[in-house]
Amino acid sequence: MIPTAFDYEVATSLDHALALLGGGGEEARLIAGGHSLLPLMKLRLARPTALVDIGRLDELRHVREKGDLIAIGALTRHHDLERSELLGEACPALARAASQIGDPQVRYRGTIGGSIAHGDPASDLPAVLLALDAEFVTRSEEGERTIPAADFFLRPFVSALEPHEILTEIRVPRLREASGSTYLKFSRRAQDWAIVGVAAVVDCADGVIEKAAIGLTNMGPTPVRATKTEAALVGIDTADESAISAAAGHATAESDPPFDTYATAEYRTALAEVLVHRAVRAALG
Amino acid sequence: MATAERYVGGGVLRKEDPKLLTGEATFVESITPPGTLYVSLVRSPYASASLRSVDVAAAREAPGVVAAFSGGDLADEWASGLPMAWPVTEDMNHPDHWPLAQDYVSFAGDGVAVVVATSRAAAKDAAELVEVEYEERPSLTAIESALADGAPLVHEALGTNECYTWALANGDVDATFEGADVVTRQRYVHPRLVPNAMEPRAVVVQPVASAGDFTMWSTTQVPHVARVTLALTLGIPESQLRVIAPDVGGGFGSKLNVYAEEALCLALARRLGRPIKWVAERSEDYVATIHGRDLIQEIELAATTEGTILGYRVRLLANMGAYLQLVTPGVPLLGAFVYCGSYGGQAYSIECTGVFTNTTPTDAYRGAGRPEATYAIERAIDRLGREVGLDPIEIRRRNFLPAGENVPSPGGLVYDSTNYDGALQRALDILDHDAVRAEQASRRELGDARQIGVGFSSYMEMCGLAPSQVLASLNYGAGGWEAATVRLLPTGKVEVVTGSSPHGQGHVTSWSQITAAALGVPIEDVTVLHGDTAIAPLGMDTYGSRSLSVGGVALHLACGRVIDKAKRIAAHMLEVAPDDLEFEGGVFSVKGVPDRTKLIQETAFAAWTAHSLPDGDEPGLEASYVYDPPNFTFPFGTHICVVEVDTETGAVDIVRYIAVDDCGQVINPQIVDGQVHGGIAQGIAAALFEEALYDETGTLQTSSMINYLVPSAAELPSFELDRTVTPSTTNPMGVKGIGEAGTIAAAPAVINAVVDALWHLGVRDVGMPASPERVWRAIQEAKPGGSG
Amino acid sequence: MRDIGVIVNGVRHEARVEPRTLLVYFLREHLGLTGTNIGCDTSSCGTCTVLMDGESVKACTVLAVQADDRELTTIEGLPVTGWHPMQQAFHEHHGLQCGFCTPGMILAAVSYVKENPDASEDDIRLALEGNLCRCTGYHNIVKAVAAAAAVMKAGAARSSATA
Repeated sequence: MIPTAFDYEVATSLDHALALLGGGGEEARLIAGGHSLLPLMKLRLARPTALVDIGRLDELRHVREKGDLIAIGALTRHHDLERSELLGEACPALARAASQIGDPQVRYRGTIGGSIAHGDPASDLPAVLLALDAEFVTRSEEGERTIPAADFFLRPFVSALEPHEILTEIRVPRLREASGSTYLKFSRRAQDWAIVGVAAVVDCADGVIEKAAIGLTNMGPTPVRATKTEAALVGIDTADESAISAAAGHATAESDPPFDTYATAEYRTALAEVLVHRAVRAALG
Repeated sequence: MATAERYVGGGVLRKEDPKLLTGEATFVESITPPGTLYVSLVRSPYASASLRSVDVAAAREAPGVVAAFSGGDLADEWASGLPMAWPVTEDMNHPDHWPLAQDYVSFAGDGVAVVVATSRAAAKDAAELVEVEYEERPSLTAIESALADGAPLVHEALGTNECYTWALANGDVDATFEGADVVTRQRYVHPRLVPNAMEPRAVVVQPVASAGDFTMWSTTQVPHVARVTLALTLGIPESQLRVIAPDVGGGFGSKLNVYAEEALCLALARRLGRPIKWVAERSEDYVATIHGRDLIQEIELAATTEGTILGYRVRLLANMGAYLQLVTPGVPLLGAFVYCGSYGGQAYSIECTGVFTNTTPTDAYRGAGRPEATYAIERAIDRLGREVGLDPIEIRRRNFLPAGENVPSPGGLVYDSTNYDGALQRALDILDHDAVRAEQASRRELGDARQIGVGFSSYMEMCGLAPSQVLASLNYGAGGWEAATVRLLPTGKVEVVTGSSPHGQGHVTSWSQITAAALGVPIEDVTVLHGDTAIAPLGMDTYGSRSLSVGGVALHLACGRVIDKAKRIAAHMLEVAPDDLEFEGGVFSVKGVPDRTKLIQETAFAAWTAHSLPDGDEPGLEASYVYDPPNFTFPFGTHICVVEVDTETGAVDIVRYIAVDDCGQVINPQIVDGQVHGGIAQGIAAALFEEALYDETGTLQTSSMINYLVPSAAELPSFELDRTVTPSTTNPMGVKGIGEAGTIAAAPAVINAVVDALWHLGVRDVGMPASPERVWRAIQEAKPGGSG
Repeated sequence: MRDIGVIVNGVRHEARVEPRTLLVYFLREHLGLTGTNIGCDTSSCGTCTVLMDGESVKACTVLAVQADDRELTTIEGLPVTGWHPMQQAFHEHHGLQCGFCTPGMILAAVSYVKENPDASEDDIRLALEGNLCRCTGYHNIVKAVAAAAAVMKAGAARSSATA
């Protein structure tokens, strides 16, 4: 409950944050809401020697339209995602996923950027962002780069972020009019991590599925994009439950679920199939 | 309305609330005498290991550190080991249990060293510098592996992992089973549970070094028991140890114990002459505070083809953990007499074997023995009903003991008062059973993914612990009485001193109600003092749903003694004989002359001035009563749970939960309902959510509130409550006890409902907790071609 | 060490703290506001919930330095004198037993109800997902929060009518 001692600096601008991070040594870490890092520090499972607090960089806190994209500042809190009218209309699955993270206190503090950068495969937002074909904008002293969500998550708690790089913005395409989307989370308790989560974005025309994107939470070492399921869904009559069910069955082949005190891998696999089916059905409306 | 009616059974809001609602309460963590030093313990990460060396030198040099000790360094502090009060058999094995391990550790969490520093952070930082060399040994955590040939020994000196085997038999059990038409045999496993009172444990000890006195504030349910036993462990004269349980944040049995950290803080205060403070972090509490349940049961029912139960045969294997805490061995015995539940029969036998494993010790957790017994009989009777073709209602009705008073039971107890069918019928009236069954039938016919089930639990329990002579026959090391003192102050205000030490149950309010009703004084005028051995020197504390039916009765009887004396004084003041007076609503009046009166408050003042008292009466108006109950009390009721099971995911949703409880006379309905609500929640939690799991190395996997699943409001339903009132014959107030009833009743109601929902799919049993995965597996295994 | 300034229950406090000091320890041990209890070390139980700029946060998962320049409300200052409707409702509906989780539960509920004045009992249950209680089974807590929400709404309507 008492972290090990560390130095602490407050960043007053993004450039200041980059400078502090660069000068903070190898064990320097960024802190925003602190809801991924502080729980680990309290148990002394994380022992940073320096923290750079970027929590006051208001330039990283926004949800706004940028052409066909929705741009979300990395410091935008889960609570703000959940309540954003723009997201509710343009990206409802993301708002819905945000509303299911942790509990209200966590959502008042936790940020989308922190959640992504932490790279926990059980975390809800990454699977949704994967299904939405999001892009992540980062800054370092070398400049800015954009990383597709599909290339971002490498291993559990390891991402494409370089040590002295800061995630600044998340960009997601606005949902097409023909699309429906949702995020289904299955957990033992409301506040728990997902045993399995399923993000589904489905386009249809004339009662036939034209395009589908499925992201899975906690079904592998990183969030999983269920591409075989997606392919199998295309061309299916939206009323054909058994065909949707068969397509959902592919999800098992493209995942590598973990085993923990909540559930075995075998159960997660069976659950994912049921939830993919239900998510597609819900996305179809 | 007469005073008594206004206060007893009426809606009185809790007097405890204001300080708890405004942050003015005093929990132990908020107590920090000047100059306090903080303690951090180093705990073994190994389940079983020899201690080759414990080196505290580096820790002693760290900033802020005042002292650091290994177990060996403190060995001279102990006059005896940590207390164990219940040697259930004469030949029971009882390993040494020191506050810090000395030669070997026997569970992950066993303390090996302490660091004392000027701040909490400094103590914690320095504890990381203690170097311990362990030689790991093979370990075991599961009950059945403890008795296997060649199993590693938890305590080598004992030569066995068996702690004891205890048995009881009534009637000719073998003949009954041989002659029975039907024998139902079931095996049930109770997971290990972590009590999780919301307040983690904490201890503060303040010494008066020059006098050799110690004041200890502890998060304890049992300040009196702690005082006696810690005085023995430390070799401190009992008279020089004052124990205070200030506001205590829940217990549920986990604080019905005397712990290593209490002994350590006393020893460190004695050695260092400074106030010492230890506060458990939650993850520390998970391994260092007792666990509950962890029991394997085999229950057999012998019955006729008509479903009439003739006999009960029960075999238990109980996990003691690594050491015996205060009442560890006795917990199964608290249920051993009630495996027949609410039902009749002619023969009854039970045998229980306690085993050691390399795990946190178990001990009393809410219900202690009775939830286990109730689960077994309420599950097994459903199964018997299925086998003889009777529904859960009819099989229960066929076997209920008759309604009445002082009813003998197959287990050998005499139940104070019974009306089992009355409670069942009331619950059915609330349920609308036909409608639920119609819905169930319709969903089955449609093959709906979400199936409905109804589960019953017509429980009874024994509480009001306990008649001291009965405890003697069970070899328990203390009595079961409770003490109360009632004192009228000169101004007419009333002080009540109780030996029962509350931690959320609302004693202050209920005791005020009892006193106000008896003495006819305004409830605001009653103050209740408790939880401090200097203020209430006599007490047996709070556990086993005993407070009202033992401590409350003691208070009621003490009030009677005060009234007797006040009556003599009033008679003296009015110059009449005491028999000429009536007492009603706080007023003594001369029979037939209603305007000649004295208020009880006036007699209090007269008793204080002592200017003129009846011959033979001493000054002061105060009386005490130490009440030893002649029997247990036996609350009962029926709980009905309706669940919806998602057969695709295995998720269980409680749709309705109905509880009709009978705890005899009710003093405060709101408090009684609150106890039932909380009890049910813990029963549901055991049935659906909670389970302490160890890995193969003996490390507790569910070691925090992240993965040990204490349910929140979001997981639980609202409850539909009602009650019947069948007064107890054990005590003059007719009260029973309600603290554990909900927990005792709930788990079998929930699991019976889950099994009922899935019976048509071939599912015959689902273990606890009925997690989505466990339910899903039961469904898969029941499918044709499934592995079951 | 870092210098911080926080407004707690309406009073500004300047303090010098170690960066690793958790807000809950700052409140309890530096300011002596011991009404905020600590129930776990994994940000799971919500016992230590306080309001930061009016929003519920777990004070065990915020560094004191992160609260610099922020406005905090603890149970002691929910109102500084008298009772908030939420406290009154917990009393009347027997929404507390041992009382240890109560300050956090009340502050979480106040934060939620202010943002969601028309919440149903089911909404309230979900909103309290991060606050564990071991005594009450939540039944009376939910009733209390619903009752307080009605009172708070009526109070808000009254004050806007008179504004």
